[in-house]
Amino acid sequence: MPPPNSPLLSVEDLRVAYPDREGRLTEVVRGVSFTLGRERLGIVGESGSGKSQTGRAIVGLTAPGGQVTAKRLDFKGTDLLHCDPAQRRRLRGGRVAMVLQDPKFSLNPVMRIGAQIAETLRAHQPVSARQAHKQALDALAAVQIDDPERVARLYPHEVSGGMGQRAMIAMMLIAGPELLIADEPTSALDVTVQLEVLAILDKLVVERGMGLIFISHDLRLVSSFCDRVLVMYAGRVVEQIAAVDLAQAQHPYTQGLLNCLPRIDAARHPLPTLDRQPEWAR
Amino acid sequence: MIGLHADSLRVVYDGFVAADDVSFELAPGESFGIVGESGSGKSTVLRALCGLAPLAAGRVRLTGSEGLPPPGSKAFRRQVQMVFQDPYGSLHPRQTVDRLLAEPLAIHGLIDAEARIARALDEVGLGTGFRFRYPHQLSGGQRQRIAIARALILEPQVLLLDEPTSALDASVQAEVLNLLEALRAARGLSFVMVSHDLAVVTHLCQRLMVMQRGRTVETLPAADLAAQRVQADYTRQLMQASVGFRRRPAEERASAPIQSA
Repeated sequence: MPPPNSPLLSVEDLRVAYPDREGRLTEVVRGVSFTLGRERLGIVGESGSGKSQTGRAIVGLTAPGGQVTAKRLDFKGTDLLHCDPAQRRRLRGGRVAMVLQDPKFSLNPVMRIGAQIAETLRAHQPVSARQAHKQALDALAAVQIDDPERVARLYPHEVSGGMGQRAMIAMMLIAGPELLIADEPTSALDVTVQLEVLAILDKLVVERGMGLIFISHDLRLVSSFCDRVLVMYAGRVVEQIAAVDLAQAQHPYTQGLLNCLPRIDAARHPLPTLDRQPEWAR
Repeated sequence: MIGLHADSLRVVYDGFVAADDVSFELAPGESFGIVGESGSGKSTVLRALCGLAPLAAGRVRLTGSEGLPPPGSKAFRRQVQMVFQDPYGSLHPRQTVDRLLAEPLAIHGLIDAEARIARALDEVGLGTGFRFRYPHQLSGGQRQRIAIARALILEPQVLLLDEPTSALDASVQAEVLNLLEALRAARGLSFVMVSHDLAVVTHLCQRLMVMQRGRTVETLPAADLAAQRVQADYTRQLMQASVGFRRRPAEERASAPIQSA
């Protein structure tokens, strides 16, 4: 067992590029570097900042055509960029898992929830169908679903958004991953349900010592949940800051993002807007 | 300026009561917010106001002057226009901005379409350069501006806003909120705005109504919410949730199972 402080994941100079119609490459992630231990790391940015592409590149879910390069992309000694597809597949869903944004689109609509969760487990561990089913029920119970037996028999369209997202998390956690990448896991949910889902993720990080990358556009939510925050703009990390220090952020983009949110206790009319500077994207 | 009076609205879909006994008063020139979670019936109420949801009981009428049109009439629809949540879904993908904006004018038989379209685009800060683009050539914020221009082109007095910024980034949200405020001041509009975001509603509205399971929980001035003077527990819960995640102390977390916030 490695010491708790050894990095789980190190990323150095990660780049993702997609070709346009003429075949010219456009970089959407431009040299992102960070390391992750057993902690909650937030990646924040607006749409198009490359935050989801960063997450997807780490799990190996970059869309076909996209080209991923990096000086180093290392998960506990495994070189993720150069290992063979079979090894990558074993890692994905097993030791590195990803929770996607909207359960409506990311669960299989024609498969019962229990069966989907059991399938994930059986893809990674040699267990019997009966055992897999039992563990699927346990996983549902672990994400605070009251009646796992009933929910396991339902199809995704029969459950609410919050329930669907919990099922998704149960599916991602059943194989016991060491790294969980959550891409806007709560954006499709109501505020109160959002907090329940976060509390579940939080508990799992603490109890299992899992590393978590939490990707979101919601700076307020991220700062209250994560230990550390990477702020991305135009494919680069413009600032890396401890979540508690976010109010003292140095970069004008981070300050702008914080500032433009309406606040309940301090009325400001009109709201300050973000004045984008070309040099931020340099 | 025109206001609106909603009296015990009830909407039933196949036996499911989506909204029940919802009443409120929108004073002329006022901005009124409706807050709640999904399924609370807030959007249903908004849709019932403009006739998009069938009313099983209750009535809606315009207030503020004499001889205002009754709900369901063409003249009513000209006074009351709606902006929808998702700018990706509410604009026809195969129509140019010009055609999108020309359609309400044609329906209501307004002359002078050219000038009106140019003016509407100017007002939402886009300019005529956007006139012959398709929705897919616009960003989310620009699309929402087009949706606002489409609602405003008929020169309505009441604007119904269904989560107008929830699909947008925070920085773009600020721009759209500022635009809505400026337009309201310039034209003397009245707003009814639905949102799940308490901060957005208190920013834009003077009064707000909290809904849960199709019923009104409480109606209060935005200033009271800002000062935390709320009556209902549910409102307090929503306020806490909007602050962000709060980690419970470690010892407490270890002993107690996680429960609903």
